[in-house]
Amino acid sequence: MVCESWNAKLDTYLDGELPEQEMRTFDAHVRSCHSCSANALTRVQMKRTIQGAGRRFTPSAEFRRRVQHSIAPKPQRRLLPAWVFAATAAVVLVVGTLTLTYMRTRSGRDQVYSEIADLHVATLASSSPVDVISTDRHTVKPWFQGKIPFAFNLPELQNSEFSLLGGRMTYLDQTPGAHLIYDVRKHHISVFVFQERSLAARLDGNALAPEKLPFNLETWSQGGLRYFVIGDASTADLDSLVRLFKAAS
Amino acid sequence: MPHFERLYNFACWLTHDRQEAEDLVQEAYAKALKGFPSFQPGTNFRAWIYKILRNAFLTSRTGLKATATVQLDLEGEEEILPAVSETPESILLQRSDGQLVQRALEQLPVAYREILLLCEVEEMSYQEISATLAIPMGTVMSRLSRARKALRDCLWPQFQKGKPTVNYGL
Repeated sequence: MVCESWNAKLDTYLDGELPEQEMRTFDAHVRSCHSCSANALTRVQMKRTIQGAGRRFTPSAEFRRRVQHSIAPKPQRRLLPAWVFAATAAVVLVVGTLTLTYMRTRSGRDQVYSEIADLHVATLASSSPVDVISTDRHTVKPWFQGKIPFAFNLPELQNSEFSLLGGRMTYLDQTPGAHLIYDVRKHHISVFVFQERSLAARLDGNALAPEKLPFNLETWSQGGLRYFVIGDASTADLDSLVRLFKAAS
Repeated sequence: MPHFERLYNFACWLTHDRQEAEDLVQEAYAKALKGFPSFQPGTNFRAWIYKILRNAFLTSRTGLKATATVQLDLEGEEEILPAVSETPESILLQRSDGQLVQRALEQLPVAYREILLLCEVEEMSYQEISATLAIPMGTVMSRLSRARKALRDCLWPQFQKGKPTVNYGL
């Protein structure tokens, strides 16, 4: 019976991922138990075989050169003496420092909004905009389990004009998130949910969308999650959906 | 270029196609360069760039096809399967046939193949794998356990018949 319990943890032990105390206890057991030591030896050899088999593909020298070339910084000509550059850099530094923080925040924020708008449009243009098709929030929400590293609540839509069409996984800043699509009077509204700390761009708690964006967009942070609601529906409709989400979270 | 050869190897395993793998690696480095300001110093660079490559794969045509055909309930509850009889592995070790393992790895669903490669070939910690695949630690452990079982299940008929018979619908 004792060996059975060890056996269940054998792989974790060999991966070196058991807690320190348990590792020491396991070490002692393996040394004294012929059956477990034989199992451990076999599994170690199996790991090595997989490791050898897995290291199978080698890039060509030509491909390496191509990638190096594609990511290498472009050479810059030195047209003026170095001190001119140094003086210019000093001036730029002084002036730039005053605006850099503001510009960075704004630029990052605008980029995020732009990507959200792209995701919204690209998804609606797709022949299969949702991966889980259901109007039932109790079907859509569980579908995301194991696909995204967080959980979130979906609002109850009874007595509202909104209907849930479904959901899909999406990525923003290399971060996985949930994309939900709602319908209100034949207008489609996308709701995106991401982990706040995973997003590179810093957004204000309830940031406003830039005026040049061709959609209405609202965003807010709640419970460590960043929500974006975007669509061509009226701002009043978006406000209503936002309120439902805030109440559900 | 850090991790270049390893990334290429990983990309080949994901795509089964060298040209696609080259495109993925090139795209990953371009995105990493472009998004480097978003990389947080002190966090794991290797997990970060592998994550970029994997996300590029998931949104590629091959990636979408591969993930669409895999059962969605791979994990179920976070259960770690106990080690079973070592017969296939023992036989494998006697034969020392890496090609059988390569064929078995090719047969696995991409979710199992990638986690085995990250653990055994890239020797990533569970924490790194969790960051790379964007899944919780518990899911790393249960998926790894299932992947190992799937590999054993895939190896067994190969030993018996000399060719793979397990089909995961890929």
